[in-house]
Amino acid sequence: MSPLVKVDDLAKTFDVSAPWLNRVLERKPRQFVHAVDGVSFSIHKGKTLALVGESGCGKSTVARLLVGLYEPTRGAVFFDGQDTGILKSSAANLRSLRRRMQMIFQDPYASLNPRWKVLDIIAEPLREHGLFSDDAGMRAKVGELLRSVGLASADMEKFPHQFSGGQRQRISIARALATQPEFLVCDEPTSALDVSVQAQVLNIMKDLQRQQSLTYLFISHNLAVVRHVSDQVGVMYLGRLVELADKIELFARPRHPYTRMLLDAIPDIHMSGSSRTPVQGEVPNPLNPPAGCAFHPRCPHADARCSAERPAMIEVQRVRVACHAVEEGRI
Amino acid sequence: MSAPLLEVRHLRVEFPTRRGTLLALDDINFEIAPGEVLGVVGESGAGKSLTGAAIIGLLEPPGRIAGGEIRLAGQRIDNLPYEQMRAIRGRRIGAIFQDPLTSLNPLYTIGRQLTETILTHLPVSAEEARARAIRLLQETGIPAAKQRLEQYPHQFSGGMRQRVVIALALAAEPELIVADEPTTALDVSIQAQIISLLKRLCKEHGAAVMLVTHDMGVIAETCDRVAVMYAGRIGEIGPVHEVIHHPAHPYTAGLMGSIPAMDDTRERLLQIDGAMPRLNAIPAGCAFNPRCPKVMDRCRRERPELIGAGRTRAACWLHAQESFK
Repeated sequence: MSPLVKVDDLAKTFDVSAPWLNRVLERKPRQFVHAVDGVSFSIHKGKTLALVGESGCGKSTVARLLVGLYEPTRGAVFFDGQDTGILKSSAANLRSLRRRMQMIFQDPYASLNPRWKVLDIIAEPLREHGLFSDDAGMRAKVGELLRSVGLASADMEKFPHQFSGGQRQRISIARALATQPEFLVCDEPTSALDVSVQAQVLNIMKDLQRQQSLTYLFISHNLAVVRHVSDQVGVMYLGRLVELADKIELFARPRHPYTRMLLDAIPDIHMSGSSRTPVQGEVPNPLNPPAGCAFHPRCPHADARCSAERPAMIEVQRVRVACHAVEEGRI
Repeated sequence: MSAPLLEVRHLRVEFPTRRGTLLALDDINFEIAPGEVLGVVGESGAGKSLTGAAIIGLLEPPGRIAGGEIRLAGQRIDNLPYEQMRAIRGRRIGAIFQDPLTSLNPLYTIGRQLTETILTHLPVSAEEARARAIRLLQETGIPAAKQRLEQYPHQFSGGMRQRVVIALALAAEPELIVADEPTTALDVSIQAQIISLLKRLCKEHGAAVMLVTHDMGVIAETCDRVAVMYAGRIGEIGPVHEVIHHPAHPYTAGLMGSIPAMDDTRERLLQIDGAMPRLNAIPAGCAFNPRCPKVMDRCRRERPELIGAGRTRAACWLHAQESFK
């Protein structure tokens, strides 16, 4: 079966140069951030791929590239076998593409218009795509969507401020589901929520996935959450994918030293009293990433080759990993 | 057990508003022994940060302490005049806040901020203060401490800034550190570094810690005891291991079950339906009763106090019945 979403060598570079006048007067050079640099993966229908990494690793940029909020600098995104870059040239194709993929954002306080009723918020995508012409049908559909995320139909007459954070996030999920998309991009959907509310939202997302065989790209920095929701996990570091594997495989046998470090760094509630030796150092400045493997300054297994040559993705027992030490069998 | 370092008794914090007085903290009781690490955990709005703010005397007006008392080594500190409290804050109680960028002054060098704190609280000369500042920075694992003293906060990364804040909190050798979400703004790899640093330094300096956080994983790794807060009250308090593995309060049990753990294989997480009540709509009886799976008649009428339940203490009528039988 061919994957629903396929990403091939995706890259995005942002120009963060000083203004023209400063460049001329102060002789400052042009500067670029390689936010995403050669990322490839694919997601099958009904599955969840999670991208994890620390802030600034480019995971949110990947999300935005996928739904078309950014134009890729290089590479392509294939949706249902078609190159979205080519589809975008025709407005009608773009419209139907947008109907099939939707996004859920991190902060439910910022992603809902405070002056709109819930009815208008959820009906907006329906109106935009011309899916309903009569008012009664629209209201019935909105009511149904609200019930599917565990809210009441009567809630459509309320405004966002009348809901708690978890309820607002459910409204954003209802809005994302309005056009019956096949693919949902979720950018840290539970990071702004408390744990008990996070559990509600994660349960709803899993239920909906089972009922409607939705496909998710799930962005998160919380490995325990990722382990709970995903089928496949991609670990990103400074704009590159360093490891991509099946969830069970990745958590049982992490290959890349960075993945090992991340797994070692999460405090777990069942390890009370245990002390770990945290990995030293911090994420380098993305403006000036280290040469070779970007992780080499913090890596306990780094050698001369790691600081000179950028490791390519290799496949070891169905796990894709970019690491010289793994390739050479040193770890 | 030795005499407690910090005693909080029947603490009550109110916020007068135009639509009546909101009771933000209600009858909070706990103590911290010298050198002990007490975790305070709860969801947003449970009152955990307010408890910390009340202890260091930094409640934002119009919030005020409306009852109860706070004692530091036997001395009452909740009713001290501003100037006297200022002498205690920093000297005997250090504070670490969530965002290291806002707790440092961007216009002063790190060195100036550290030596100023040391000179304010300790009878030392300027050179001694500087030497001490360098030593503190070295202890917190900041490389090239001497050069870093001359730098400004913006020249430090987030993790490094939080190290400076920890150095500042420890500068006057306080007996107690109130740390309010010290690692929430940091990435996981940095968080692990900061937590182990905080744990080690407080042990070396013999400081007790009140660690306020919403992250149960951090609590599990760091604390000796933990207090679980819900709607302005303590729902359960006891040794960390007991509270996590044998929670006595249904809210604690629900909270633990809702956290995805690294070794669990559940298809669905345990969920507590509903949300924490707002301060102006706290239900009668036990505040948790509308969401509680084990609710009884009595829970809707009478408010439970902290009752001994196994090796922890929980504010729940389930345990009153047990001891009654």
